[in-house]
Amino acid sequence: MGNLNFILPEIFISLSIMFLLVLGVFKKESSKLIFNISLLVFLITCIITINETFSVSRETLFNKSVVIDSMSSLMKIITLIGGLLVLIISSSYLKIYKIYNIEYPVLILSSVLGMMVMISSNDLIVFYMGLELQSLALYVLATFNRDQLISSEAGLKYFVLSALSSGLLLYGCSLIYGFSGSTNFDIISNQLNYNDYVLTFGIVFILVGLAFKISAVPFHMWAPDVYEGSPTTVTLFFSIVPKIAALTVLIRFLYVPFLNLIEQWQMIIVFLSIASMVFGAVAAIGQTNIKRLIAYSSIGHIGYTLAGLTTVSNEGIQSSIIYISIYAIMNLAFFSCLLMLKRKDQYYENIDDLSGLSKNHPILSLSFLIILFSLAGIPPLAGFFAKFYIFKAVLEQSMYFLAIVGLLSTVVAAFYYLRIIKIMYFDNEKEKYDTDHSIALKFSLTISTILILTYFIFPSQLIEVVSRINII
Amino acid sequence: MNFPILTSLILLPTIGALFLFFTKDKSESNLTAKYVALFTTVVNFLISIYLWISFDQSTSSFQFIEDRAWIDGFINYKVGIDGISILFIILTTFITPLCIISVNNSVKNRLRDFLIAILIMESFMIGVFCALDLVVFYLFFEAGLIPMFLIIGIWGGSKRVYSAFKFFLYTLLGSVLMLVAIISIYWITGTTDVVKLYELGIDVKYQNLLWLAFFSSFAVKTPMWPVHTWLPDAHVEAPTAGSVLLAAILLKMAGYGFIRFSLGLFPIASDVFTPLIYTLSVIAIIFTSLIALMQEDMKKLIAYSSVAHMGFVTLGIFTLQQQGIEGSIIQMISHGLVSAALFLTVGVIYDRMHSRLISTYGGLVSVIPKYSILFMLFALASLGLPGTSGFVGEFLILMGAFKDNFLVAVMASIGVILGAAYILWLYKRVVFGKLINEDLKKILDLNKSEYFILSCLAAPILFFGFYPDPLINTIEVSVTDLINMNTTNLASK
Repeated sequence: MGNLNFILPEIFISLSIMFLLVLGVFKKESSKLIFNISLLVFLITCIITINETFSVSRETLFNKSVVIDSMSSLMKIITLIGGLLVLIISSSYLKIYKIYNIEYPVLILSSVLGMMVMISSNDLIVFYMGLELQSLALYVLATFNRDQLISSEAGLKYFVLSALSSGLLLYGCSLIYGFSGSTNFDIISNQLNYNDYVLTFGIVFILVGLAFKISAVPFHMWAPDVYEGSPTTVTLFFSIVPKIAALTVLIRFLYVPFLNLIEQWQMIIVFLSIASMVFGAVAAIGQTNIKRLIAYSSIGHIGYTLAGLTTVSNEGIQSSIIYISIYAIMNLAFFSCLLMLKRKDQYYENIDDLSGLSKNHPILSLSFLIILFSLAGIPPLAGFFAKFYIFKAVLEQSMYFLAIVGLLSTVVAAFYYLRIIKIMYFDNEKEKYDTDHSIALKFSLTISTILILTYFIFPSQLIEVVSRINII
Repeated sequence: MNFPILTSLILLPTIGALFLFFTKDKSESNLTAKYVALFTTVVNFLISIYLWISFDQSTSSFQFIEDRAWIDGFINYKVGIDGISILFIILTTFITPLCIISVNNSVKNRLRDFLIAILIMESFMIGVFCALDLVVFYLFFEAGLIPMFLIIGIWGGSKRVYSAFKFFLYTLLGSVLMLVAIISIYWITGTTDVVKLYELGIDVKYQNLLWLAFFSSFAVKTPMWPVHTWLPDAHVEAPTAGSVLLAAILLKMAGYGFIRFSLGLFPIASDVFTPLIYTLSVIAIIFTSLIALMQEDMKKLIAYSSVAHMGFVTLGIFTLQQQGIEGSIIQMISHGLVSAALFLTVGVIYDRMHSRLISTYGGLVSVIPKYSILFMLFALASLGLPGTSGFVGEFLILMGAFKDNFLVAVMASIGVILGAAYILWLYKRVVFGKLINEDLKKILDLNKSEYFILSCLAAPILFFGFYPDPLINTIEVSVTDLINMNTTNLASK
């Protein structure tokens, strides 16, 4: 049976969800209370995770179907912090759209719970259970502003396409099970060491399903629509937290059960990576809505993250994890800026609305500037280092083509980031925006911008934490 | 040397910029901001002069080295200077305060932000010349794009957006390949430390590709024909101070990069690709001189002349002769001073008349004599008249070129004549002739600050023209050593 302490975070978070639901039903007007308790739950879970699992090198539970290792604990912590920050900066936005309901924090908590299960999974069934839990919560979150047509449309689209991809994934799982006779990753890894066409089908189905979850090209179609339609805070959640979880699962799949079949999947990941980088850069150029633009930008960034996974080396995996962490900080900062574009209870999300921002709001536009240059990967900002580690790992394996295509697409991508900067700094100003933002929003923007700006002073700290992750 | 003098040189302008950022200045003129910026840069200049005085000219090894672990077990933050880099640092710290003095005439809005951008720019530029690690170099080299993009885009002329984008994307496109090369060097040799790489050497079979990757970045930045087209746009649209920084210092980064990295790290590939550089340089010298002849916009003319002058620089560097390389360095310093001065002289009359077209002017000598004299001095320095610093550089380059390749040298000499033609013709059309334009009669001569800036630039141009020894002594040992290292490498091929 093993030590249940290792899954104490999951147990605590599920009990809290049930408690919060009951509390929400029995107590009237309890939204604020439940929001605050949820923040507390996130915080406590985070502390428990750090306490119980951070020093664990590798432990398994429940017949090896759940694994606790340095990767899972680190990714859980990032997920929890991501969820916490999203929840903190959500409240003012939700209040204005009159969707400040108890379900919101509960859904976020349950989707995070699903992700934590995914991250720790070492078994096809456990993995699928976690995946479905997080997906179901996400469908509802996407439609959370249910009075708006566009939000319902986003949720429905996401539901239909996601269900399709889950189906493919499940089919892949069943094929793998058929070949190996087990659902456990370790056993599968031992069984699958010969090449077979049908087996390749299984791998491809699973990869397609996961590529859908992280919106890698060519399975990205849902991302722009869903990003645009969902409430902005949910878009923020979409663009960070599920990606971290899905990436972890992808790493786990590639490097545990499929480790012996590298030649089967390496080209697929290389293709996904190149296609995402190029497409993300090119398609973002024509966008006028910031949320759509950030959807394409996140597709591009996923491409870079995948580039690290193609290398079949610990350095590659570590560089991917560093990339996704820095990307999460950048996206958080970006959306914090976006949530500040508010005028008379109306949020603005077109690129033209940024026109001349630097004249009326110098500090906000300076943060925007730093974030955008960082997203474009210009040194000395954090985004550059993220790309630097990726390409360092890629070039170690002499994959020059991937590196050069990746770097050239950063130049294309730089164009659309520069376009936003141009609109903010070079164009004529419009009406002023409100400046009465919540402290949480200001706080998250300040902290994340400072992190991005000063990352170059202490680049080793993050590497130190991540370098404990040795999968292969 | 325990005190981190180079790091403080790099950080001081940034600290000044931070100070400006956090002080709110209510007054319209932003006088305090200007004084703070001026004070910072002047202190920086004094530090760099101190650096030059305490610099040991008898050795080619790097001095004032600082070496700190930076990215764990991978990259060290390493800075240091030798005879070549110190001159560029002084050029930077010398030009920047002059830029700051010049801004009150040309920059009307958001002066404080402009000063912040210039100060940060100075930090990055000094960093480029100090860096002794490829990654640190790349970091500073690329980071400079951000402030320059903003300087052109916010305070530039009517086509500023187009120019800023072109500048940014061209340079970025060139540089990304250099990043691939830098990381590859790390995997090939296990280090990105320049000093160690000089000792280790890089395997011959990789050199050609790596050289080309570095070349793609430096060629755009130099700029060499045919990737020079961003320069005229950027120069024309940038505000005067921005043009000065671009012409005087940013272009020198590439020339410096050619000497420090292309020659130093890839001696064999440099030898292989010398014909390519020769061809492109000669085309740049003759072709862009001809284009300069036909320009109607003064700033554009000077921009094209910069391309031609930088053609001389690249030509000189790859002659691999003592005179050629020394000439290139002196030509870069001299061009830094002269082109800065020319942009400022154009800026002076642009501030008064708001036109950069040559046809607007004519007959200036009768209304603003002081201006005309200084303009003449700079024009003559630009064409390389003996007695100005321009002569020393061009003469040494041509001497080196004649030693190496007669034909190339002859063609480059034609460029000298063309250079004289376009700059004298410009001078003739602007300053001499009849005063036709009625508005020009009311034009004012140089005010105190303009007079001060231009005299500051004129003094070193004349001084080093007559007595270039301080420059040559500083670089001599480093250049000799570089050439020795190159020849031994070539011999062992």
